[in-house]
Amino acid sequence: MSNIQLDVKNLSVSFSTQAGKVHAVRDVSFSLHKGETLAIVGESGSGKTVTCRTLMRLLSKNASIDAGEILLEGTDILKVSERNMRHIRGNDIAMVFQDPMTSLDPTMKIGRQIEEVITLHRKVKRKEARKRMLELLQLVGIEDPRRRSRQYPHEFSGGQRQRIVISIVLACNPKVLIADEPTTALDVTMQAQIIDLLKSLQKKINTSIIFITHDLGVVANVADRVAVMYAGKIIEIGRADEIFYDPRHPYTWGLLNSMPTLDTSAPSLYTIPGAPPNLLKPPTGDAFAPRNEYALAVDELYEPPMFQISDTHYAATWLLDARAPKVNPPAVLNKRREEFIKRSGLYAES
Amino acid sequence: MKRWLRFISHRLVYMVTTLWVIVTITFFLMNLLPGTPYNNRDKLSPAQLQVLDEKYGLSEPLFTRYTTYINNILHGDFGISLQFSDQKVTTLLGSRIGVSIQLGLQAVIFGTLIGIILGIIAAMKHNTWIDTFCSLFAIVGRSAPNFVVAVLLQYIFAVSLSLLPIGLWKDGFSSSILPTLALSISPMADTSRFIRTEMIEVLGSDYIELARAKGMSELRLVLTHGLRNALIPMVTIIGPLTVSLITGSMVVENIFAIPGIGEQFTKSVLSNDYSTIMAVTILFSTLLVIVIFLMDVLYQLIDPRIRVGQKT
Amino acid sequence: MNININQIPKELFRFKTTGQDTAVKEEITPSPTFLQDAWRRLCKNKGALASMLLLTVIIILAFLAPVIAPYNPNTQNIPHANLPPRIPGISINGLNGRAQLQGKLIDRYALAKVPADRNYLFGTDEFGRDLLSRTLYGTRISLTIAFIAAILDLTIGVFYGLTSALKGGRVDNFMQRILEILTGIPNLVLVVLMLLIFKPGILSIIFALTISSWIPMARIVRAQTLRIRNMEYVQAAVALGSSQVRNAISHILPNIAGIVVVRAMFSIPSAIFFETFLSFIGVGMKIPNASLGTLLNSGYKMFRIHPYQMWIPSIILCIIMLAFNLFADGLRDAFDPKMKE
Repeated sequence: MSNIQLDVKNLSVSFSTQAGKVHAVRDVSFSLHKGETLAIVGESGSGKTVTCRTLMRLLSKNASIDAGEILLEGTDILKVSERNMRHIRGNDIAMVFQDPMTSLDPTMKIGRQIEEVITLHRKVKRKEARKRMLELLQLVGIEDPRRRSRQYPHEFSGGQRQRIVISIVLACNPKVLIADEPTTALDVTMQAQIIDLLKSLQKKINTSIIFITHDLGVVANVADRVAVMYAGKIIEIGRADEIFYDPRHPYTWGLLNSMPTLDTSAPSLYTIPGAPPNLLKPPTGDAFAPRNEYALAVDELYEPPMFQISDTHYAATWLLDARAPKVNPPAVLNKRREEFIKRSGLYAES
Repeated sequence: MKRWLRFISHRLVYMVTTLWVIVTITFFLMNLLPGTPYNNRDKLSPAQLQVLDEKYGLSEPLFTRYTTYINNILHGDFGISLQFSDQKVTTLLGSRIGVSIQLGLQAVIFGTLIGIILGIIAAMKHNTWIDTFCSLFAIVGRSAPNFVVAVLLQYIFAVSLSLLPIGLWKDGFSSSILPTLALSISPMADTSRFIRTEMIEVLGSDYIELARAKGMSELRLVLTHGLRNALIPMVTIIGPLTVSLITGSMVVENIFAIPGIGEQFTKSVLSNDYSTIMAVTILFSTLLVIVIFLMDVLYQLIDPRIRVGQKT
Repeated sequence: MNININQIPKELFRFKTTGQDTAVKEEITPSPTFLQDAWRRLCKNKGALASMLLLTVIIILAFLAPVIAPYNPNTQNIPHANLPPRIPGISINGLNGRAQLQGKLIDRYALAKVPADRNYLFGTDEFGRDLLSRTLYGTRISLTIAFIAAILDLTIGVFYGLTSALKGGRVDNFMQRILEILTGIPNLVLVVLMLLIFKPGILSIIFALTISSWIPMARIVRAQTLRIRNMEYVQAAVALGSSQVRNAISHILPNIAGIVVVRAMFSIPSAIFFETFLSFIGVGMKIPNASLGTLLNSGYKMFRIHPYQMWIPSIILCIIMLAFNLFADGLRDAFDPKMKE
């Protein structure tokens, strides 16, 4: 058990809006092991970002955490006072945001923005903080750190800015790093570089990473384990190879099937029909049922529980019930998967 | 450096052109005026008028008078007041300018300071009753004309409670309190409203979110990241603030009987004192043009994103 | 969800019949038009809505002044001079015709031998003119001046801004220099200079106000026009040979209308402020013509002795200003929730 860094149990988060209560995260549980990378994938609006913001306790004012606990090495951070939470943020749990172009204060020299987080959590003199800041810049691959630390964010490219953000985030050697689509706003070559940087830094400081993305190519490359979210719930979770080679949930099939590949002979891109449900009124039964071509009658009445497939692999679909008809994943998936793994290999080599 | 030289010289050319146009326009407007500067023209004989016109230089052709005037003001001579005991305009205004500057500075410092604080509080407590209260204060401050505010303050604190002097500029600082308050309401309301809007936007930005994720306290991140980003655009409202101060000073000085420029201006306007009106117009315009110039330079200096000389 | 999985009947574990219920049921409501949307947002803003109603009432009352004013606003009646307000049925001091005189509270109406059925709701001024009637007429004048000035300043501003933006190049540059120079003159000074040249009166005040207030409007219109002109659909229209004037009318005007209307709404209270301000310092409307400014001007002269003569027009003025500002604020938020200043 001591191997578990972060344990999320039955987390439910909702937002009160003018239209009503939006149930953004519904009964989510997962755990994060020390030093591992867990990828959370899902469409936008599936609750992955809200889940992670809850881990930082950085939710907007209209949000409420309705149930659950988040144990960081045994302490429930949902019960910690706001003052103590500030010591956890940036120090124990850190977060990288999606858009590096807007994540840095445009009016402050980047050196100071890095020093700020060091002096906030470590009792060090300005001079030491400065030394550490220059080290960090070097570490994330900013050349000539002494000169560049005196520059403003607009003097850096998007990729460089994300490196700077990473240096801020890793300044205090956090135990958990949350990366919310850190490469989405960057171009492809830059994406690969940033992911390599994260991977190498992870080894150096032995941090656990929660990686939010919708890019399965990135997932195959970085993740040890993958959690698939749909309509505020985790519907399948398992080791990366299990998700890629033996997916069980029809939504995961659809997701894998709909990713673009390099196979130009494919007639057209697969799309999952329909749209995600309205979380103002979460449907009874399986939320995915209306879009599921393998939907069972039971899906409309009862929500499927998590079925265990292996020690590490779980999925929430009635198809796994003993009474359900046997269904094989669509054949086309195999071919696409091969293609897909090949492509993600491109990342590994770079 | 070269950029700076170009930028500054550009702005200086603009300043001088603007002032020249203003001087020219006011000169010709004033000389087209229907009234006459003499109180009792009907009683004056043509010969007497002739003498007076000679004395004030009104007998020469318009264009000659214009060139003489330009030449004179370049030498710091704004002519002789036609109404106020034949004083030189520069002496007349010189004795009054200190009072107006003190009043204006006190009002602008007090007003913007309180305005910034109110704006920050409102933004931090966005959508609570505190925010509503601050916004309500701002909109009432913007709606209540400064002369009404001045009279109200005078009535409450000087007439009814006799706490502070009712007017005049005789009791040092204490006699400046009420006029300063009256004059600062409008900059206070404008600033608090402006800072609130800016701050709400800044507080919703990604870099503030990152600062929160760093573990900074709300107050600290507002004072470091929030304030620097919200204050930069405030430079753009300094010009309008100056204008409203100039406007305000005219009534506030009148109501509190303060011997300043604003009071002199209204007096001169009511008595067709051309040379003084012109001098005050030029003085106010110069002030405004200089403020606009400083504001432009300041903006270039404090926003690292702007390269000198670039238009925003 | 506490259901025993094993209790679920086996029959349910079959595929749903194809075609049945595959289409996701979704109620598609027609999306509201921009104006409907703005109107809905405006109605949610209670302050703006209340201001709108209040303004409607004030405007109707002011423009019905000749019908509803109890007395002629300019008829002097010296015996009835300086009477405090008397509202029948109200016995609060200050509103019941009593006032301090030499330290004693006495019934001024009895002293002036005013018939019992003759009430001055707002009191009278130093010449015995009914202040209610004068306030109604005064509000009418002040509002008229403000409305006309706002319309003129809208027309000139839109025309100037559009021309400048659409002509571009040298014309634009020249027109912008003119604006820059004009911003260097404090607007009040400009207004006063204008008033010195023209004989004081409604027209000259309107003219003077317009001269100083169209500048911000022109700026906004130009900036917005440039922004919209660069949008792709307008570029496309130009590429297809649409003429500039046509372009301005069919594409640009509708898109800047919201911002222009909001800006014009803000210029009304500022025009009211300037009119009262000018009349207050004595260069605007001239006594005996009633405007809110002249009422304040004469009220201020008497205000140590008869404060109500100052407070009544002050309160009316503040209410009008506040209502216009709140309404304009609401309108701005309704047209564009994200739009700033």
